[in-house]
Amino acid sequence: MWSPDPREDNEVKRLGLIINPMAGIGGLVGLKGSDGKAIQLRAIELGAIPQAEQRAERALQTLKVLQPDLEVLTPPSEMGATAASNCGFVPLIIGEINPSATTPQDTQQAAQAMLASQVEVLLFAGGDGTARDIYQSVGEQLPVIGIPAGVKIHSAVFANHPRAAGELAGAFLGNPSMTLREAEVVDLDEEAYRRGIVSTRLYGYLRVPYQRRLVQNQKTPTPKSEAVQMEAIACDVAEKICPDTLYILGPGTTIRAIADMLGVRKTLVGVDVVSSEGVVAEDVTEKQLLRLIESKSTKIIVTPIGGQGFIFGRGNQPISPRVIQRTGKENIWVVCTPEKLHALKGRPLLVDTGDESMDDLLRGYITVTTGYREEAVYRIST
Amino acid sequence: MSTAISKKPTVRRFHQARWDEAIIFELSQSGQRGILVPEVEKEIQAQVGDAAAKLPKNMRRTTPPKLPEMSQLHVLRHYSRLSQENLGVDLNTDIGQGTCTMKYSPKVNEKFARSPKMIDLHPYQDEATVQGILEVIYRLEGFLKEISGLDRFTFQPAAGSAAIYANVSMMRAYHESRGESEHRDEMITTIFSHPSNAACAKTAGYKVITLYPDEDGYPSLEALKAAVSERTAGLLVTNPEDTGIFNPRIEEFVRTVHDAGGLCAYDQANANGILGITRAKEAGFDLCHFNLHKTFSTPHGCGGPAAGASGVTNELAPFMPVPIIDFDGDRFFLNHDLPDSIGKIGPFYGVAQNMLRAYAWIMSLGAEGLREVAEVAVLNNNYLLQKVLEIRGTSAPYAEGKRRIEQVRYSWEKLADDTGVHSEEIGLRVADFGTHYWTSHHPYIVPEPMTLEPTESYSKADLDEYAAILAHIAEEAYESPEIVKNAPHNSTVHKTKHESLDDPETWAVTWRAYLRKTGQETP
Repeated sequence: MWSPDPREDNEVKRLGLIINPMAGIGGLVGLKGSDGKAIQLRAIELGAIPQAEQRAERALQTLKVLQPDLEVLTPPSEMGATAASNCGFVPLIIGEINPSATTPQDTQQAAQAMLASQVEVLLFAGGDGTARDIYQSVGEQLPVIGIPAGVKIHSAVFANHPRAAGELAGAFLGNPSMTLREAEVVDLDEEAYRRGIVSTRLYGYLRVPYQRRLVQNQKTPTPKSEAVQMEAIACDVAEKICPDTLYILGPGTTIRAIADMLGVRKTLVGVDVVSSEGVVAEDVTEKQLLRLIESKSTKIIVTPIGGQGFIFGRGNQPISPRVIQRTGKENIWVVCTPEKLHALKGRPLLVDTGDESMDDLLRGYITVTTGYREEAVYRIST
Repeated sequence: MSTAISKKPTVRRFHQARWDEAIIFELSQSGQRGILVPEVEKEIQAQVGDAAAKLPKNMRRTTPPKLPEMSQLHVLRHYSRLSQENLGVDLNTDIGQGTCTMKYSPKVNEKFARSPKMIDLHPYQDEATVQGILEVIYRLEGFLKEISGLDRFTFQPAAGSAAIYANVSMMRAYHESRGESEHRDEMITTIFSHPSNAACAKTAGYKVITLYPDEDGYPSLEALKAAVSERTAGLLVTNPEDTGIFNPRIEEFVRTVHDAGGLCAYDQANANGILGITRAKEAGFDLCHFNLHKTFSTPHGCGGPAAGASGVTNELAPFMPVPIIDFDGDRFFLNHDLPDSIGKIGPFYGVAQNMLRAYAWIMSLGAEGLREVAEVAVLNNNYLLQKVLEIRGTSAPYAEGKRRIEQVRYSWEKLADDTGVHSEEIGLRVADFGTHYWTSHHPYIVPEPMTLEPTESYSKADLDEYAAILAHIAEEAYESPEIVKNAPHNSTVHKTKHESLDDPETWAVTWRAYLRKTGQETP
């Protein structure tokens, strides 16, 4: 039998592990999320049993083969130490926590400590809220991989399932020169959501190691080829830019590629307005948008945000139903790389503007620019 | 009762050669020769003089080509070793190359194609001296006309993609003739049509619009209606699609495009499931193409030479590539007299040996035999579908529960979720049992894909063996996944570092590029 690929060097590697023990607890009892102490208590009252630790263990199991050359740095007890010990690691404990009463600050502090300890990669178990905490602490300074354990998994930083997260971490530790991709961190305001108001934001991008089949199918486009594809989309858009027209640019890396092609600055996570002359306004609110586009010919350029395929209602709230109404459905220009469309596995693109009649209006088939002079006709649903 | 003899394992025990063979350029030894060409006789030399000096100066090489220098024995040994490290349709149950229609190429047809009567012909010969092969091509055209219902065929394209490109070019010429080519600049295709359709349209300068499936997994008519306009030049569509799903609304598709003034081209590269059952004509198509190397059994030849047959209705015939082969009641001749022709798509009249092979194959089967080919191919496929879906962890996404025509794009997604073993790894493990499946499944929408196309060539026992291998591996994936993850164990091939495949800088596809990229030779 051939043995597995021999490791190229036997240096001890450092892996950071953070578990948000409360992640996913709300979803188990239908609470649409687990943010906030009160909800967590309510979930436990309703009989929810935390599962994040178990999911983290499934990821860690795949890394056991790397012992003894792998050192796991993790906060105490349910934030990582227990899971690491259960999987046969002798973890290096960092920081202190108040067991059974962990907070987002614990996650943030732990992530900062990981950064200071120069771990190679940070593996975390949680949902969108956890991803946001990690993003606030380490930004783009540290490669991270999300183990999906939360209720809300809109961010693109999570592997498809816990084992895949572990496999990806293992692959990265064996080959630290692996390509990193920018993955969106999107989170929804749960408290508002429970009141029926959708309010999400794109918070920024975390850097996630990229290995084809663990993120998507083998041989899907790579970050390199995806960048080229985005450039192709940008060429298509740039060719069609008309004078005397305002362009509302939603967030997203594909839109950023368009801004680059147009030679205008683009805020990373905000909604901006540009024209053939240059930037008109940056990081606008709905109110500003309505004022700007009044009696002007306008087009909205958006790309799906997060892994679910939302083109409106996730991360681009300033482009509200009223803004869409004024602009007109025929002036919505959806751009998306084929990879992102394929990642939907046949599911439709989604809209959730908060206004049902607007959502109904947007339903149906829409043309999506997927490359230079390349389009897809794709279904939009609610 | 115990016995001293243990039972044979249910799956084949196999071990492939692993020669660690050097690249032929490394084997080169200065001065070695395969053939020693004798000196020219003195009398001839006296008459001709220095033959090389007679060549124009700018056509003469200043340095000899850097070819490997080897004896015949060493060349033969080199390629025999390489062949032992390969699999092929004559060695294994070659059903894992779905969409490629890897059927048996009868050896008797090879005999025809390799006979001196064939190989001593030259395309520059006078028509009067090649009446035999012209008749074969003319009659083969007649067969394809009957099979498709269309009016004329050309065999000039040397591959399926070249045939699609020819069809796209003829569509453009048609619109040009009506003064509409300027504004008709969009080609429509479906995501599960063969990817060459989108690629050829793009290469020909068209904007490409791709339709995604509807909720039931069929090509969406609603999407098509949203896509057609006065800018539509045409529809390029494969049916059954690469998933094996037959578009039941194909007539409506064609009508919708025709109503918008567009043309419709039927990609029948792989017509193996519909021979003698449905025809391009009845579905209303204006053009179609067949790959002789798929449906009509001619060898794929490792990427060529293949043969793409492109067919059109009378309305489009004036735009065909020249020459076409005609018969004046007395003799067969090359007809160059098509003033509106798109020109040439390939050299001469195409890959003549493959036309002869395809002709012989069709003659040996007859009309009923062709239909039987399709029926057996579909039966084989649906039998295998049943067997594969009984294996733990498999599924056949899109149009679930519906029958497939001649192939199926399966998914191992469930198995991958359950065990962490991926389709690609199963593909490598399959090689340990002397067979294979490939993991190239453009456009990579189906997760953890595997496309199997059993054709009519394989027996029930062959299919049972293949399914047993897959079942065995699925069991391994659930019981001891490391065996699969570390595969192959008994095959020549081993794992590839994917990162290196992503970056053209890490490729060397020629020896010269290898030398340059390793710093052994400056450009």
